[in-house]
Amino acid sequence: MKVIIMGCSRVGARLAELLYRDGHQVTILDIKADSFRRLEQDFGGAALLGSGLDEAVLRRAGIETADAFITATQGDNRNIMAAQVARHIFNVPRVVCRIYDPLRRDLYSELGLETISSTTIVAQMIKEELTG
Amino acid sequence: MYIIIVGGGRLGHNLAKSLISQSYEVLVIEKDPELVDRINAELGSVALVGDGCEGKTLESAGARRADIFVSLTGEDEDNLVACQIARHHFNIPRTIARLLDERNEKLFKKLGIDVIINSTNIILEYIKHELPSPPVMHLLKGLEKDFEVVDITIPASAETVGRRVGELALPQGAILALIIRRDRTPLVLGIETLVQGEDQVIAVTRPEDEPSLRAALTGK
Repeated sequence: MKVIIMGCSRVGARLAELLYRDGHQVTILDIKADSFRRLEQDFGGAALLGSGLDEAVLRRAGIETADAFITATQGDNRNIMAAQVARHIFNVPRVVCRIYDPLRRDLYSELGLETISSTTIVAQMIKEELTG
Repeated sequence: MYIIIVGGGRLGHNLAKSLISQSYEVLVIEKDPELVDRINAELGSVALVGDGCEGKTLESAGARRADIFVSLTGEDEDNLVACQIARHHFNIPRTIARLLDERNEKLFKKLGIDVIINSTNIILEYIKHELPSPPVMHLLKGLEKDFEVVDITIPASAETVGRRVGELALPQGAILALIIRRDRTPLVLGIETLVQGEDQVIAVTRPEDEPSLRAALTGK
């Protein structure tokens, strides 16, 4: 599978490594070269400097033939906009969007994006851990 | 009519002022408390501190009964998302977004933003209008998504000068609304009206017909 990840955050970097180890073709984007330090030495995918909101950068990352596009920056709105570019402009078959805000998470999953809210998931897990 | 404005910078502040003077009910949502204080000091309690993309802020702003939602922040992604939340979560019938990077215009249109304001382009249009060639100047864009109002000046040397309006090969659906003559007299057009040099023509057209409208009017 050819996967593009936007945002070399901790989650983005970790996901890139996991997918790479499973044999997928991974390209990770970030607007700061600094962020790529989060990747481990043995990461063999591509790290590309540039904004995932920029269609030229997305093309360079190979979005036209990508099987999946994942947004993992710290900004909800940036993630949402990039996910909609991937979905509506480039017709990427699978688009997964990280959204912190639960309201936006619900809204955009109604609008057809695959969304993940770490806020909701982590809060739920901690609650289950505590209360069994 | 209740209008919510997101972004209380110079643009939002001035828009609020002008709408209030026309007796509209207006609320400005702005993240920076200093800007909010400045607006409230001048216009009364019309601004609140908050994030225009957040459900709770919009809820307390009474977004459910708003008629128009205008997002004027300096980031395209914030304007896009605020308008989508306004439309899809709060059912506000009309959304207007400021666009900073025109490469995003296609996406905004596709996602159903009713009116897209590209301020850079508007300024460029005004500058182009002052240049000697006969440009097409956009007066209003996206009013009804498929149409725009444009302003075309007929060069004195145009081959259409002296011809009847009825003879011009206008694109289908384009309407010539008004001529402003060189002496600044406005004139409603009929098919018998004769085109004169330096006429300023105000027309309604589909964006894609703009080149053929320009060709029909100026011969270029």
